[in-house]
Amino acid sequence: MSSLWPRLEPLLARVRKPARYIGCEDGAASPRHGHGKVAWLLAYPDVYEVGLPNQGLQILYEILNERPDAVAERTYAPWVDLEALMRERGIPLFSVDTHRSADEFDILAFNLSAELVYTNVLNMVDLAGSPVRAAERRPTDPLVIIGGHAAFNPEPMADFIDCAVLGEGEEVIGEITEVVREWKASGRTEGSRQAVLRELAKIPGVYVPSMYEVAYDGDRVRGITPAYPDVPELVTKRTVSDLGQWQYPKSPLAPLTEVVHDRLAVEVFRGCTRGCRFCQAGMITRPVRERPAEQVRTMITEGLKRTGYNEVSLTSLSTADFSGIESVVTSVVPDPTACGAPTVSLPSLRVDAFTVGLAAKVASGRRSGLTFAPEAGTWRLRTVINKLITEEDLYGAVESAFSSGWSRMKLYFLTGLPTETDIDTEGIVDLAAGCVSIGKKYTNRASVTVSIGGFVPKAHTPFQWFGQNGVPELRRKIGLVREAAGRAKGVQVKWHDPAATLAEGIASRGDRRVGAVIERVWREGGVFQEWSEFFVLDRWLDAMAAEGLSPDWFVTRHRDENEVFPWHHLSAGLHHDFLWQDWRSALAEAGLEDCRWTPCYDCGVCTGDGLEHIVASPVAPAGGSQGTGQNLALGGSVPISLRPKSMVVS
Amino acid sequence: MKARISYAKLGKIRFTGHRDVARIWERTLRKAEIPVAMSTGFTPRIKMAFGLALPTGAESLVELLDVTFAEDSGLGVDDLDEVARRLDDSLPVGMSVTGVRECAASEASLQEDVVATTWLMAVDAPDVAARIDRVNASTEVWLDRERKGETRRDDIRSGILHLALISPENRDVLPPLWLGESRGDLIEAVLTTAGRGIRPTELIEALVPGSEPWNHLTRVLRINQWIEREGERVDVLTARPAHPTVCA
Repeated sequence: MSSLWPRLEPLLARVRKPARYIGCEDGAASPRHGHGKVAWLLAYPDVYEVGLPNQGLQILYEILNERPDAVAERTYAPWVDLEALMRERGIPLFSVDTHRSADEFDILAFNLSAELVYTNVLNMVDLAGSPVRAAERRPTDPLVIIGGHAAFNPEPMADFIDCAVLGEGEEVIGEITEVVREWKASGRTEGSRQAVLRELAKIPGVYVPSMYEVAYDGDRVRGITPAYPDVPELVTKRTVSDLGQWQYPKSPLAPLTEVVHDRLAVEVFRGCTRGCRFCQAGMITRPVRERPAEQVRTMITEGLKRTGYNEVSLTSLSTADFSGIESVVTSVVPDPTACGAPTVSLPSLRVDAFTVGLAAKVASGRRSGLTFAPEAGTWRLRTVINKLITEEDLYGAVESAFSSGWSRMKLYFLTGLPTETDIDTEGIVDLAAGCVSIGKKYTNRASVTVSIGGFVPKAHTPFQWFGQNGVPELRRKIGLVREAAGRAKGVQVKWHDPAATLAEGIASRGDRRVGAVIERVWREGGVFQEWSEFFVLDRWLDAMAAEGLSPDWFVTRHRDENEVFPWHHLSAGLHHDFLWQDWRSALAEAGLEDCRWTPCYDCGVCTGDGLEHIVASPVAPAGGSQGTGQNLALGGSVPISLRPKSMVVS
Repeated sequence: MKARISYAKLGKIRFTGHRDVARIWERTLRKAEIPVAMSTGFTPRIKMAFGLALPTGAESLVELLDVTFAEDSGLGVDDLDEVARRLDDSLPVGMSVTGVRECAASEASLQEDVVATTWLMAVDAPDVAARIDRVNASTEVWLDRERKGETRRDDIRSGILHLALISPENRDVLPPLWLGESRGDLIEAVLTTAGRGIRPTELIEALVPGSEPWNHLTRVLRINQWIEREGERVDVLTARPAHPTVCA
């Protein structure tokens, strides 16, 4: 092996932010390659600053490097300036740890947290010197594997990947390593690629698209069936049953240059059963598994000491729901180190006054902005999406925030939701204006920013049957909000480009035919599609037209009960019947309880996988109404039930 | 008390920028558990002050930093070696502490005090010796220079205080790693830091006009920072006077 560093080094002074490419982070492994070791190149298909903090990648990096039969390095998408110089000089994709060429690895494993990065995956596979189409790869080419949330509908990427891994990677990466180790030992002879893929397809949670055949009825998918008898008909996601047994990362990466989440991250739980119907993460990561509070404290103390950070983010899908949250927060805050007390940041705040109290406890320094996500403008629409926040909850939270010294609020909303009317859309501004008038009682600087994103229905959610709003309709709705906000003082509006929302829709619920579209967009130069300066919708529409595919069919069409989804053969553990029933409940404006503290409604995840929720407290955490008929300001009582519809005043 | 620390920045880490280095030092001080003084206000910050920014991509044997210890830390002059050792252990690969001394409260800030720095540069271009002679023989050297988004045409000749080729037999004094990765002829230059200062890349533009400087500047290392005391140029940390050329 030879390091590419001598060839890269002369280029780095000429590109932007060259520290992206040097590695050398605190906490980085010293990868030792060796005969018989399976070499993984863990890839994040966006720039270093975005990819470095990714916890999934850091966890797998550490677990693999602890194995005697594996070695792992990392790579990120080179920015366009360096990519141009690399292509000019024939320098391949390289790892940032030892600057080794990507073609010296056995596995190129991508973490996909979103769909618009797909073209970057193709670009990186191409830079690695491997054919982008899996069918054209030789035994000497690395296996291309994808994982992460977007892997739950891998069909648009089916032609480009060798495998997709569904769910959590901690255990399955070991099983994959063993199969690939055998393949490597056998010499990766001509024709052996098929055989190793066949073996990989037998590992639970591993999906090998080339082992399945898709039948169509016109535009419609008729069925997806295994091509061989020993390949499973249904691939089900992997789930780690006890987070307490996986204390990773132990050696968190602290980069030498600024990254997007530039602080220590400690994951406090996985899964969420709040049941927000638009939220793919909440649906596919069930059940809830909390990390023991004591372990959280250890990880915070040791992580801060190792990295020198003075800020820790307690991550999860809804951190205020963590049973140990108060005790953890109180134990961190008064523990001053040499350079001042560390601060705690709580992303994904629940909307209620209790949660704000928690945030006030941990916030040090200037209280500039606080973010809440009511997601919809009226209680009616919030029952449709099952985001059960009352107006009183939001106003209570906002009052508490302004009175504790915050002066700017940011409110996140989705538009283009099922059953949304103009009353709901304009309700966004009513809520924001209500927040401003509360703020004016405390400060003249009170301002509320409304941030609107177009809703993209995702696979394995109750809204997978819903036809996404088209670009003109989303533009019209954003226009309604802007117009109403123009009349309300102190309300600013920001919005996500509806054109990008359409492209995300194509990739999110697309089938294998969309692969050719992704390839065309990439070949036309469409990389970094999550970056507005590189996104051009016409590239996507032209590619769809060239492939004879209709955006309406894939994006804006409502699906009916008989629809065979492209992910029909893949399971996040959720029963089809549960999802369909929840979709009907949504249309009937009926909410659904959080099953952590109420009887099981059998979504399928726990029963199917022999798992259960791991929650330290049998009662719901304190705060707001949480969609129930009760005041839970002082903590929950059991059983909690949703308030009947008739009681709700919107 | 306040300490003046000098440190080296060598190897891959040279591609971090000035802001990155400030963040690295914040984390390093916390990792080493050095009790430092904090500023007051909404967002308390560690009381530290950096010297002149090192261009991203350049290396150095003499970067400088002033750190104020917490009043109740009890740290004194006798503790400086221990502080230096702890910091050195906590710094990332490529950065190391090379010296430390007490810094009197009355001393001027590094940014104000330093008047010139000495650079070693590996220059990959034809006829470097002749190019150096040409610059040394000229009375003015005009260059378009960008500062904060604005381009201005300056005569930089008076800011080039010394410029010479280093003969091959004197290369041995340099770090082996550094020599291994540099290509071309070695030159030594003392450039002013006063006013708008002169960057190493600007000297290369003067030597090889009309060309992207990083195509020629294969390696650049800062080896001295100078202050003026009683009309003489002296080393900022040791207060030793300047030699005519460092590698002579």
